[in-house]
Amino acid sequence: MSLAKPIRRKLDLANGRVDLSHGAGGRAMGRLIEDVFLAAFDNAWLAAGNDQSAFEVAACRMVMTTDAYVVSPIFFPGGDIGTLAVNGTINDIAMAGARPLYLSASFVLEEGLPLADLVRVARSMGEASRAAGVPIITGDTKVVERGKADKIFISTAGVGVTPPGLALSSDAVQPGDAVVVSGTIGDHGVAVMSKRENLEFETAILSDCAPLHGLVADMVAAAGPGLRVMRDPTRGGLAATLNELANQSGVGFTLEEDAIPVRAEVAAACEFLGLDPLNVANEGKLVAIVAPDRLEPLLAAMRAHPLGARAAMIGRAVEDPDRFVEMRTVFGGGRIVDWLAGEQLPRIC
Amino acid sequence: MKYVDEYRDGALARSIAAAIAREVRPDRVYRLMEFCGGHTHAISRYGLEDLLPANVRLIHGPGCPVCVLPMARLDMAIACAGLPAVTLCAYGDLMRVPGSNGSSLLKAKAAGADIRMVYSTLDALRIAEAEPAREVVFFAVGFETTTPATALAVRAAERQALGNFSVLCNHVMTPPAMRAILDGGGEGDETPVLIEGFIGPAHVSTVIGVEPYRPFARDDGKPVVIAGFEPLDVAQAILMLVRQINDGRAEVENQYIRAVTPSGNARAQAEIAAVFETREAFEWRGLGSLPASALRLRPAFARYDAERRFGLAETPAADNPACECGAILRGAKTPRECRLFGTVCTPDTPMGSCMVSPEGACAARWTYGRFRDNAAAARRKEIA
Repeated sequence: MSLAKPIRRKLDLANGRVDLSHGAGGRAMGRLIEDVFLAAFDNAWLAAGNDQSAFEVAACRMVMTTDAYVVSPIFFPGGDIGTLAVNGTINDIAMAGARPLYLSASFVLEEGLPLADLVRVARSMGEASRAAGVPIITGDTKVVERGKADKIFISTAGVGVTPPGLALSSDAVQPGDAVVVSGTIGDHGVAVMSKRENLEFETAILSDCAPLHGLVADMVAAAGPGLRVMRDPTRGGLAATLNELANQSGVGFTLEEDAIPVRAEVAAACEFLGLDPLNVANEGKLVAIVAPDRLEPLLAAMRAHPLGARAAMIGRAVEDPDRFVEMRTVFGGGRIVDWLAGEQLPRIC
Repeated sequence: MKYVDEYRDGALARSIAAAIAREVRPDRVYRLMEFCGGHTHAISRYGLEDLLPANVRLIHGPGCPVCVLPMARLDMAIACAGLPAVTLCAYGDLMRVPGSNGSSLLKAKAAGADIRMVYSTLDALRIAEAEPAREVVFFAVGFETTTPATALAVRAAERQALGNFSVLCNHVMTPPAMRAILDGGGEGDETPVLIEGFIGPAHVSTVIGVEPYRPFARDDGKPVVIAGFEPLDVAQAILMLVRQINDGRAEVENQYIRAVTPSGNARAQAEIAAVFETREAFEWRGLGSLPASALRLRPAFARYDAERRFGLAETPAADNPACECGAILRGAKTPRECRLFGTVCTPDTPMGSCMVSPEGACAARWTYGRFRDNAAAARRKEIA
């Protein structure tokens, strides 16, 4: 007597929830990977079903990066934790002037996470990776008991290749160099805060979450070795990024407040929350330091790209043994633009 | 931003600055105290000092609720948060304030206490409603600006018969602190009080009005100009104070007429009076114990008073003896003259009250203005 072939039950992606069996290495985990991640990421490397993926790279200078994503809430206006996990790692590669090639993705899921939420996040990742042309070629999933994680944590790693001859470095900034931002600052942080528990406010602001490697390729072509360094001002915002660069290069910066692009809605939200847009996170913006003779071609190339349309020069590097980031305010006075002491917390009054 | 950018206009700022420069007498120094942290923040954030003549000096006052909260009260809140079933709700900028032995609410939270950051008293009420098994304590701090909201929360809790909500009250009052500054550091302290005029509070005055400042003008001869929190408000108030001093006048003037009325907000005053009574004395960080300077819940609301409900008591805790906060808050010293400033005492590791919040005198100087204390930076500026 032959055994009847068991019927393969599909996961209830509409109403089901992640449970501990989805991380236990058995059939349930196999189904989760197949129905959620393989379906969403959809590429030949993953379909091969190996514990790793192989790819060919010509001899060149490579870059590698990794980042963990724990944002709350996981869905916010303009994106979600999935788009962040893809674009954030792509941007870390791109800031070296490199072309991102491949990503990996690891998931820590909290027991009880609705499968519909997981599917939504996975689909966002698939779409973001296809839009950027950077496939997710290997991954891992773990499930932890309720309360041991907050819904979903994602860790992505990426590899990329740098164009020959390009070596950006955070210690390369020289006095006289120009400071350029690729667009309005503070959009992402304010969009996320507008959906935080206890803080919900009405706003039309969307996260600026976007992959910057296309813009970066145009910048590298336009400015060449005149490009000293690039950074994406994520946590800690523009202020933290410029202070890091000042410290690493041993220079100061002077900024002009009225040259820094900030959306009116972001300025207004920061105003009533008692925050400074310079400290607020961005996910689709970059800061570039460029030699003065390459400033104009760089700005022209950036403004010709959709993600750099509002690119602006906002200040210059100066000689300064104290490595201060100073700013002339809209009011006409001067002040320091400092790191935050800790987390940015709203003020009482 | 409509109705905001107008008050930050650089061209108008230059014209007011020119008027101040024209009218100040070169042979004297004008020492003006902005009482409020909101003013300190605006002055520092917009670099207002760069627009003023060198003989107009701004002295940053104690009007920062986070700064003046003494360690003993913070220790009390931390102890309260450690009690069984207690959920302590606090405003965000209290989280990092240092208590005794390097403690803070942030560290207590990391160690397991249920401490939640809220943005209003209503958030705390909602938590109490949603989680009836928790004892929800609202850590109330602030001047007359935030007191009415706490009063409303207590009344709402009573109306809704919320049995698990209480308030750890640290509300303080502005006029007694201004009085203390003018009266100096008490017996044995010979430091002269050099303040010649006050930039009066903005939000506090929307509640208490203009009248409570009259004695400082009438009895002490110190002009007071109530000013809004935008940098142009402050610049205009400075011009008004310079004119009063030049004319030998000492009056209470209201620059912030778009929000402050002579008698203030009667409804808010009534709510405060209904719920709170004056404490005999209260310890202020940097100023010491000041008589009749703070509020506690009236006996009729005893069940909403966390101090009574949980039998909380203050354990005296001393600030670092080298800390000059007291002298700085009275305008007798500048942050630079404190030997802790910028060395062991920075916003990352604050020792004294003035370094705690961005609105504190020392923190504002360090965060926004320390380039002015630096010779190399000054030279660079001259060249530019």
